Amino acid sequence: MKTVKIYGPGCKRCEATEAMVRDTAARLGVKVTVEKISDAKSIAMAGVMSTPGVSVDGKLVHAGGLPDAAKLETWLSA
Amino acid sequence: MSAETHAPMSRHKAPDWLWYVGVPAIGAALYLLYGQLSPIAEWITSLFPVARDSHSGEAIAFFAYDVPKVLLLLTGIVFVTGVLRSWFSPEKTRAILAGKNAVWGYPLASFLGVLTPFCSCSSVPLFIGFVSAGIPLGVTFSFLIAGPMVGPVGLGLLYGLVGWQIATIYLVFGFTIANVAGFVLGRLGLERYLQDWVRELNAGPVGDFPEERLTLVDRLKIGLEQVREIVGKVWIWVLAGIGIGAVIHGYVPEAVMLRIMGDDAWWSVPAAVVVGVPMYTNAAGVIPIVEALLDKGAALGTTLAFMMSVIALSLPEMIILKQVLKLRLIAIFIAVVAAGILATGYLFNILL
Repeated sequence: MKTVKIYGPGCKRCEATEAMVRDTAARLGVKVTVEKISDAKSIAMAGVMSTPGVSVDGKLVHAGGLPDAAKLETWLSA
Repeated sequence: MSAETHAPMSRHKAPDWLWYVGVPAIGAALYLLYGQLSPIAEWITSLFPVARDSHSGEAIAFFAYDVPKVLLLLTGIVFVTGVLRSWFSPEKTRAILAGKNAVWGYPLASFLGVLTPFCSCSSVPLFIGFVSAGIPLGVTFSFLIAGPMVGPVGLGLLYGLVGWQIATIYLVFGFTIANVAGFVLGRLGLERYLQDWVRELNAGPVGDFPEERLTLVDRLKIGLEQVREIVGKVWIWVLAGIGIGAVIHGYVPEAVMLRIMGDDAWWSVPAAVVVGVPMYTNAAGVIPIVEALLDKGAALGTTLAFMMSVIALSLPEMIILKQVLKLRLIAIFIAVVAAGILATGYLFNILL
């Protein structure tokens, strides 16, 4: 079970990132809970400067733009 | 780690050589098309049952020429910018700026503001990230002003539609305003007007995930992705801007334009700023209007002031920044930038 947090103010890309995470997890058979963090304060506290940011189990793995599909697989299956 | 061995983006996999051949080939084809726009536009205009030199004929010709021209230019600029910006990121920029002393901070921040990819939707986390890293408030403002003010799209379109002289003037003065406004704002000691939670915030360290290694093809893909996203988003503004430009070009008499926006009308510069600030469009939408205005004899200073206030000061961005800045600071910010724009406007109306 992994906890994935998606940091972003709710722009289009953030939603696309969430969909990517869910799809990839389902395809890999990895159980995830996805949390969306949208208030500016928490985004900044997490050290994200360009959104959307992605963290897996508390570790920030990506910031800015859509994540690369292959890399997303690596993060979720590691 | 098995996924590492997969080629990235395995879904649509074009071989690398196709990118190396295809991108220049498409670029060359679009360039050739760009050279043929004038006859094409004349031909389209001739299909309409109006005289070529009538008001409507002029307006239609302007529209038919500018729409493909602006869209082609926009595509080229966004692509090149997208590729170039793939070497920059807000995280890197922050690391560069955090170590600099105040004097070099301003020009460097303005310069990086142009090159760093960021959208207005992430200007709040970006602002906090900068301030919490100890980057002075003024330097942060220089960054935030320069980004939209001297963005490549605005400069490139100005170059293509109005000419290199005015594009250069715009570049120099846009930079100057970003620097001076940032410096003045920095000197005013405005930290107390940050929202309280921002001042109390001890933001965590910026995530230091390993930098993503990108191949040239990855960067070309980023450029293409940017074209799809940005051109897909702004084309409607472009059409609206060219529509307004076409109406001005075809119907507004020069005498009226000279009276309203000529350099004799001293009030026209502040009026241009007052009209420009609440107008929300982007560089691609406003430059066809600028083209038509200048063409009809509007004074350069007034037109520059209008353009700068439309692009650099936008209400939606202020609303986003309201999360981190108290109203008072937003007002001071607008006042300082507007003062720079006014000064530029008057300067050119007097000089030219």
